[in-house]
Amino acid sequence: MQEIIDFKEIDAILERYRYESSSIIAILQDTQAKYRYLPKDVFPYLSEKLGISTAKIYSVATFYENFSLEPKGKYIIKICDGTACHVRKSIPILERLRKSLGLSESKETTDDLMFTVQTVSCLGACGLAPVLTVNEKVYAAMTPDKATELLAKLKEEN
Amino acid sequence: MSMEFMLIDNMPVEIAGEANILSLIRKAGIDLPTFCYYSELSVYGACRMCVVEDKWGEIHAACSTPPKAGMEVRTNTPRLRKYRKMILELLLSNHCRDCTTCEKNGKCKLQELAQRFGIKQVRFSNTSEESDMDTSSLCISRDKSKCILCGDCVRMCEEVQNVGAIDFAFRGSKMCVSTAFDEPIANTKCVGCGQCAAICPTGAIVVKNDTARLWKELSNKDTKVVVQIAPAVRVGIGKEFGLPEGENVMGRVVAALRRIGFDEVFDTSTAADLTVLEETGEFLGRLQKGGVFPLITSCCPAWIRYAELNYPELLENISTCRSPMQMFASVLKEHYKHSNRKVVSVAIMPCTAKKHEAAREEFQENGIPYVDYVITTQELIQMIREAGIVFSEIEPEAVDMPFGATSGAGVIFGVTGGVTEAVIRRVSDDKSVSALRAIAFTGVRGMQGVKETSIAYEGRQIKVAIVSGLKNADDLIRKMKKGEAHYDFIEVMACPGGCVCGAGQPFTNAEGKKLRGAGLYDADRMSNIKRSEENPVIMALYGGLLKGKTHKLLHVHYHRKA
Repeated sequence: MQEIIDFKEIDAILERYRYESSSIIAILQDTQAKYRYLPKDVFPYLSEKLGISTAKIYSVATFYENFSLEPKGKYIIKICDGTACHVRKSIPILERLRKSLGLSESKETTDDLMFTVQTVSCLGACGLAPVLTVNEKVYAAMTPDKATELLAKLKEEN
Repeated sequence: MSMEFMLIDNMPVEIAGEANILSLIRKAGIDLPTFCYYSELSVYGACRMCVVEDKWGEIHAACSTPPKAGMEVRTNTPRLRKYRKMILELLLSNHCRDCTTCEKNGKCKLQELAQRFGIKQVRFSNTSEESDMDTSSLCISRDKSKCILCGDCVRMCEEVQNVGAIDFAFRGSKMCVSTAFDEPIANTKCVGCGQCAAICPTGAIVVKNDTARLWKELSNKDTKVVVQIAPAVRVGIGKEFGLPEGENVMGRVVAALRRIGFDEVFDTSTAADLTVLEETGEFLGRLQKGGVFPLITSCCPAWIRYAELNYPELLENISTCRSPMQMFASVLKEHYKHSNRKVVSVAIMPCTAKKHEAAREEFQENGIPYVDYVITTQELIQMIREAGIVFSEIEPEAVDMPFGATSGAGVIFGVTGGVTEAVIRRVSDDKSVSALRAIAFTGVRGMQGVKETSIAYEGRQIKVAIVSGLKNADDLIRKMKKGEAHYDFIEVMACPGGCVCGAGQPFTNAEGKKLRGAGLYDADRMSNIKRSEENPVIMALYGGLLKGKTHKLLHVHYHRKA
C-alpha cells in the first residue's frame, strides 16, 4: 500500500522544530502521530530538509520500538504481558484477540487496517491486571470473553 | 615549557598533544590491536581491543582515554590478554570462518588478530549466519554476515565522504549496518568511492573482483588486449611485493602485464596530458567568452556521481573533459578501429568508482563500452601472484609506442593538487626552470584536504581551490553557495589525498599515503618532459588521430537525471 503524503503537513512539523536535525526523534514522533506509522516516502523528504542521510533516519527509526515502519490499524490494542499481567493470564486474552482477528506474532495488523494487536512489557498498572489498552484508553481486569465483547463494540463504532 | 610524561609498560613517554593514550602507546612502539580506531575518523570505542590496565587495576579503552601527566598504564597483562582473547572468540562465534574462500583472505584484521592472539578454538557454539550478499553495486559487494559492527564504514561514509549511504540499523542482537530500508546499495547515494571497503577490517565490504572474466579474455586468441596503467598504481603496488612503500615501479608493472599476456601496454599519464590541454583550453575559453565559473575538474568519477546526486545544478560548472582513462580509451578504440582482432580495452586503476564510470552510458558506442574492464591495483596484485611472477626480480620495461611518452605533469595527476599543478604549468607564461620549480611551492602540494592558491594570468588573479575527500568538497560548495568563498578553478578528488589513496590500492596509513605522493613527485622530477604541451605523442595526436574529433573523443556532457 502506498501512502499519499501531504508534504505540507510534514513541512508544518519541520517548521515546529525549526528544521533542526537534532530534533529528529520528535519529528518522527509527530510524523507517526499523523500517519500511525512512518511512511517510506517521508524518509528522503526529511533527509533533504534536515541534511541528514536516509540511512541515519532509518537508524533512529529502527532503534526505537515505538516507531513503526509498517502501517498500523485504526485501533492499536496493546496487551500487557508484564509479570503481574502474565500470571493473571494475559496470554489467553492475546490468543483470543489474535484468533478472532486472524493475526499472529508476525502479522500484527489486519488487512483492512482496523486493528493492530501487540504485546507490551508493562503498562505500569499492575493493580488492574490483566490490562490492555486500545489506543490510549485503558481496560482493566480483562478476560478473553471481555476482549471479544470489546472487539464487537469497536467494530460497531464503524 | 616543561615536558609531561606518562608511563607505558614502565617506559616514560612524552605527551605531545596526543588526543588519546592509544596514539602514545603506538608512538612508544607498541602495536596495540584495534578494529574500530582510525585517526581520521571519530573515536567510537566499540571493539574494546585496545584496553589497558592502570596501576589501580582499572581497565580503560586506550582509544577514548586522554593522556594525563603521571598516568601509568600496562598494555599486556594476563587480564588484558584474557579480555582480548574473549573479544576475539565472541566475534568469531557468529562469524563465517571459511577464510580460504573469502575475498579478504590474508588481508583480514580479524584473521590477523586471531592468529596473533593464538585463537586455536572458539569456546562458543557457532551461530554464524548464511552469507547475505548485496552485489548490486559495480564497485563494492557487501556481506552482512561478515560484519563485526565496528562502524568504520559508517563513519568513513558519513564523516569523510559525507555520503551516509549506510548506517547502523536496529538494536541489540538485531543490530546491523544497513542502507535505509535495506535497499540495494546501488539504489542509494553511494558514489562507489570504495573507502568503506578499504577501511573494513573483515570481508563484510569488499571491492568487486573482475579478474576471472579478464583472465578469460587474456587467453582468447582472437582478441587483442590493450591496457592502460593509471599514475597512482606505480607507487601503490611495490610494497605488497617487499619493495619500499611509494617507490615508482612502473617499469616492473609494464613487464608484469606483458608476461600476464596483455598485447599492448600504455600509461594513463599520456592521456592526462590530453586532459591538461583540453581542460586548460576550456578554462581559458570560459575566461575569454565569459562562461560559468568556477570550472570544476572532472577526472574523479566518484565526485561526478556525488555532484549528480547532490548538486545537479553544478554539472555545468564541471569540465566537459572526459577523465584521462576515458580519453585514452576513446583514443585507443579509434586507433585500433581497423584492427583485424577484437580489441579489448583494460584499465588498471587505483579506484573502485572507475568500474562504475566504465559502465556509464556516456562512455559507450553502440552498447560497447570504451573501457571493457577496470581492474584495481589490488586485483592486479592478485593476478601477478596468480601468474607466479616474482615481481621484485622482474626486469623493468617501457610502455609501447605510439603512445609511449608521458610528461611529469601527467604523472602527478595521481595525487591531490596534481591536476592543478599540471594546469598551472600549462597556463603560466614564464617557462623557465625556476618558475616551474616555484609552482611546487604555491600551495598545490601536500596531503591536506583543502588547499588554496592563486595564480597570476594576464594581469588578473585566478583563485584556485584543491579539495580531496567529499566532505571537504561539500563544505567548500556550501561556502561558495553562501557567498563566503569565491573560486575560478576547483580540483576535486573524492579520496582524501587523491588517487594514490584510492580504495583500489592496498590499504596504507597516513605515512604510506605521503610516501606514495612523494613517489609521484619523484617520477615527475625524473621525467624529461615537464609540461603536457611538450609531450610529442600528444602533439602528434592533435595533428593526426584527433583532427576534427577532439570534441567527439575527449569531451562528455553529464546531464541532470530526472
